[in-house]
Amino acid sequence: MTDKILKAMTPKRKTAVNGKSPAMTYFVVLAAYAVLELCIKTGIMSSHLQGLLVPMVYYAIVAVGLNICVGILGELSLGHAGFMCIGAFGSAVFSLLTDGVLPDGLRFLLAFLVGVALATLFGFLIGIPVLRLNGDYLAIVTLAFGEIIKNLLNALYLGIDENGLHASLSNQMALGLSPDGKMLINGAMGVSGTPHDANFTISMVVLLIALFLAQNLVHSKHGRAIMAIRDNRIAAESIGINIVRYKMQAFTISAAIAGAAGVLFSHNISTLQASSQYFGYNVSIMILVYVVLGGIGNLRGSVIAASILYLLPELLRGLNKYRMLIYSIVLIVVMIFNWAPAAIAWRENLAAKFKAARKENV
Amino acid sequence: MALLEVNNLCISFGGLRAVDDFHMTIEKGQLYGLIGPNGAGKTTVFNLLTGVYAPNEGRIILDGQDITGHKTIEINQDGIARTFQNIRLFSQMPVIDNVKAALENQYSYSLFDSLTHLGKFRQVEKEITERSMDLLKVFDLDRFAETLASNLPYGQQRKLEIARAMATNPKLLLLDEPAAGMNPNETAELMKTIELIRDKFGITILLIEHDMKLVGGICERLTVLNFGRVLCEGPTKEVLSNPEVIKAYLGDE
Repeated sequence: MTDKILKAMTPKRKTAVNGKSPAMTYFVVLAAYAVLELCIKTGIMSSHLQGLLVPMVYYAIVAVGLNICVGILGELSLGHAGFMCIGAFGSAVFSLLTDGVLPDGLRFLLAFLVGVALATLFGFLIGIPVLRLNGDYLAIVTLAFGEIIKNLLNALYLGIDENGLHASLSNQMALGLSPDGKMLINGAMGVSGTPHDANFTISMVVLLIALFLAQNLVHSKHGRAIMAIRDNRIAAESIGINIVRYKMQAFTISAAIAGAAGVLFSHNISTLQASSQYFGYNVSIMILVYVVLGGIGNLRGSVIAASILYLLPELLRGLNKYRMLIYSIVLIVVMIFNWAPAAIAWRENLAAKFKAARKENV
Repeated sequence: MALLEVNNLCISFGGLRAVDDFHMTIEKGQLYGLIGPNGAGKTTVFNLLTGVYAPNEGRIILDGQDITGHKTIEINQDGIARTFQNIRLFSQMPVIDNVKAALENQYSYSLFDSLTHLGKFRQVEKEITERSMDLLKVFDLDRFAETLASNLPYGQQRKLEIARAMATNPKLLLLDEPAAGMNPNETAELMKTIELIRDKFGITILLIEHDMKLVGGICERLTVLNFGRVLCEGPTKEVLSNPEVIKAYLGDE
């Protein structure tokens, strides 16, 4: 009897983690793309708003990446802006080096791969020592990593001339570039002159690819092992799951996706600077907010939350003083109406209580 | 030859000798019970057998192979699977995925196949799903395949944990207090399940239990542990009527 009731009560869904069907997620993204693209074509959308579209998408991409780490793997990372930073600078330098040498499309594709590969490499290197430990070490180390990368790139001077690459951490003169040499990274001034290859369409394609990979991962052997570790490490070990290997895989993929977002970042901005505004820990926390409010483990939620929460403060700029007030109210509303399994349960609980209270009053 | 042979097993935590000179021999296909008062060191023995702790002294021989000092993951591949005293399921995953996760080492495709769902993915996933459903059917859990593990009733959660352990194809199954917290009906059902898997899979089972009805009902041999040392061992009936054992459980007059 109880079995029957239980079965009736249990929603039919693929997994709890990514409750929604993958196809629906692609549909939502494609529909949003179609509507926005239509607005651009018909001229309804202001140029200010158009400029916000690419950033909106790359933040959605990092949110998807971070959700793999936080929601699927269950490890906290506070340094995803750092991986973005690496992807951004790596690809920007590559683009400067090969601009004019390679055809544009090929150059951007290679720059993209370089950015992703570098972020992957750093994710891997950080993972080697940290993911062997249990506890909050990953959060601490990634927080430090993000800050170190940002500060290091702020102080780095990199140039190229006929003698090859020159690097220095003190100043531009120390490079000793020949007159026809070219500055690649100019310390705090950053990288300028990166070609504007990233447009809204390309960003959406990257977002779809990131979602495709992430959702496939969740519904696979590797994803199950990763989520098993999240749910119960000791039990996972007892059935022969190699904890460190799967944690490394999840974290590295997560870093790679953040790197991809970084590539879009650097190819959408005229001057790329490693400033706190773009790559500080505040940004990492902001991305974490997108993930948490979109629902931890809910990939579609991450995309929606990132889009809304990125656009909102920008659109509210006109309201000046009230901007942050409205933003915080929206945060609270999103918190109540998010799609995390725990939040859904909490809402149902609350509704039941209200019902009970009303009955008593009557 | 015995399936499991344990000799002179010792472990100390600081000054406490938690398990001292523990020995045990289990024949293939036996249903063996490990009993003893609270704090006697039963779970510590399980943790030693499954590599959670490395013993200070002693040897563990499984099926002729010395597995002393192997890590937990290796021991699972050597052929020992276990359940836990406090249920440890993958609670946010559906029932079927709990079992699928345990099939991890028996089926393989690459990470690339996982990310793209290309290559061997479809074929292997189909096999994994079929294997898992077959296993769930044995435990009568196939109705709940898509239910979240945490939403299962308590008794079914215990069963799922056993099913998950069985999915790793063990030679020896360790059950840590499988009947803890169960009502008499559930315990009776559990006894049937344990005997069923022993007969169906021809597996050897070692269980820790306090429920004497269960122990007396299904175990063929017992080892009694008290203060980390073996108090006595032998066929169930003999052990349970041994005055030493009764004294250890009920105390002196």
